[in-house]
Amino acid sequence: MLKFKSLKKTTRTAVTSYGIILVAFAIMFPLQQFGLLSNAMAGQLVPICTYIVMAISLNLTVGVLGELSLGHAGFMSVGAFCGAITSSALQEVIPAAPLRLLVAIIIGGIFAGIAGLLVGIPVLRLRGDYLAIVTLAFGEIIRNIINCLYVGVDKRGLHISMKDIASLGMENGRVIINGPQGAVGITRISTFASGIVLILFTLFIVLNLMNSRTGRAITAIRDNRIAAESVGISITKYKLTAFITSSVLAGMAGALYAMNFSTVAAKKFDFNTSILILVFVVLGGMGNITGSIIATTILYMVPEILREFSDYRMLIYAIVLILVMLFTNSAKAKLFRERVFDFVLRRKKNEEEEGVKND
Amino acid sequence: MTKMVPVPSRGIIPERDVDKRPILETHHLGIDFGGLTAVDDISLTIGRTEISGLIGPNGAGKTTVFNMLTNVYQPTRGTILLDGKPTAGKTTAQVNRMGIARTFQNIRLFSNMSVLDNVKVGLHNEIKENLFASVTHAFGYVKAERKARERALELLDFFSMADMADAEAGSLPYGAQRRLEIVRALATNPGIILLDEPAAGMNPSETAELMENIRRIRDTFGIAVLLIEHDMSLVMNLCEGICVLDHGKVIAKGSPDEIKQNPAVIEAYLGKKKEAE
Ligand SMILES: Nc1ncnc2c1ncn2[C@@H]1O[C@H](COP(=O)(O)OP(=O)(O)OP(=O)(O)O)[C@@H](O)[C@H]1O
Ligand SMILES: [Mg+2]
Repeated sequence: MLKFKSLKKTTRTAVTSYGIILVAFAIMFPLQQFGLLSNAMAGQLVPICTYIVMAISLNLTVGVLGELSLGHAGFMSVGAFCGAITSSALQEVIPAAPLRLLVAIIIGGIFAGIAGLLVGIPVLRLRGDYLAIVTLAFGEIIRNIINCLYVGVDKRGLHISMKDIASLGMENGRVIINGPQGAVGITRISTFASGIVLILFTLFIVLNLMNSRTGRAITAIRDNRIAAESVGISITKYKLTAFITSSVLAGMAGALYAMNFSTVAAKKFDFNTSILILVFVVLGGMGNITGSIIATTILYMVPEILREFSDYRMLIYAIVLILVMLFTNSAKAKLFRERVFDFVLRRKKNEEEEGVKND
Repeated sequence: MTKMVPVPSRGIIPERDVDKRPILETHHLGIDFGGLTAVDDISLTIGRTEISGLIGPNGAGKTTVFNMLTNVYQPTRGTILLDGKPTAGKTTAQVNRMGIARTFQNIRLFSNMSVLDNVKVGLHNEIKENLFASVTHAFGYVKAERKARERALELLDFFSMADMADAEAGSLPYGAQRRLEIVRALATNPGIILLDEPAAGMNPSETAELMENIRRIRDTFGIAVLLIEHDMSLVMNLCEGICVLDHGKVIAKGSPDEIKQNPAVIEAYLGKKKEAE
């Protein structure tokens, strides 16, 4: 008999994670297409996808590598604004929206990755929890820079200024980033399907990485740095690998997020957002990718659903937080989940066997 | 560097003399901690397939010597030559790649990983796959993974641990954890392996098995072993050369018989033990 528990742990994680995303897509996509979702719900689809990618990628730094990052939203904002600039600037060059979105996401990822490299190189060489404080500062600095950033495009190309729109010196140009207002006039090209594809891509990268030579080195550093060094693993190299991968994915999520709105301000990506993502990761379980997906979905949805019960909203939210924590982290809950999956798989197997008999 | 090719154990003694250059040499090695001299003036020479012992009372500085040999601590004075090359300024990881591997007095396994994965981590620089292969699980990933798995199982089997491959390392009994640390160190294909109190906490039958294993490591892999141990019968039976430390200084060096008769050693080490009994 096919037993879920008897599968290798890595296989189990992969089956569950990809499974949840594909099932969610199979249910939500038709509902969205036939307009059966409320406006509020439909509007949340891309942001949820974004935050799932954010949580999975942060889990790579916090859960798998074991380094605390308090500025994940900073990398998201680098991706968001680089993505918005790319998309606006290429509007005429690449008219096909999906292709332009793809290019914007890639550019957003690359620039966030560069930011990750610049933050990571000086910090990850040090021993101790310096990453937390430096990423915290990074998030705030990026937000302040973008707050006074003006970017426009005209026939001659991109114009950048830190003063005001007039100093861009454009002829008949279009403003892309307008200081504190953030990115304006974005064409909304992100779709639910593209969000799902980005989650699947993130899962592919992170799960593959975790189950490889590189991933073992990263986990070894977390478990016991001295022992990892003693078997010849370069600590800085693998810390950087994990951190930059995490930044690139956050940048991609940021680009997807920005392209879902017509305007995006830098203040959206503040310290609170970084902490919110960290809460998703912690409550979903350190290093537990499936947990990140579940925790993000529930914790992101609940405040939206609870809007009607405004008085009790925070109370119910707190209870849900605790329940999610119990569900994703306790041994009993893990056993329960395994049983549920066993049950589902066995039913499927039985159905298949019956199908064979009937033939 | 010594390759991990099995050397037939019979006739090993003549073969051992092929290369006379020592695998490890230290000259006047010393380290201070905040003005306090912990270890001073250690000069050792270890042959390519020699089993040597580093002994001394608690706090003598034995583990500190291991930490200097692996560049966990940067020595304040003196030089270390590994396979004839100086290790000054290298990181711990680089020194391991130069051919020195170790175990720890307080076991340091990757306790949340499986036994097999612990050994695979040890194979990190022996069986490589690049980042792209790691991320895509293609372009050589499958081949490298299979090779790593086979080699890891082979090494585990050498210590009769292949049946525990899928267990979580932290859940193993104490003796098995110590053995796993040795396997992990051997996986890095070193020229010399440092064992810090490998018999600590073991019962007599486990200790006897350990002694047999240490001999087999030397004979099969053709490498040198330097061990710290408080179990005198193990040291005297196993080691060809012994160095005795007390208060951070070498008080005697020689064969087991010479050490046993050395008055300074009896005074500092064996004598103290007698008193305590
Ligand atoms: N990082 C350090 N900072 C300060 N002092 C240290 C440090 N490491 C070791 N020492 C000192 O060096 C001396 C030798 O310690 P070491 O651990 O090498 O002894 P040992 O011979 O291994 O003893 P044992 O048999 O108990 O393991 C001790 O007095 C210890 O306090
Ligand atoms: Mg010691």
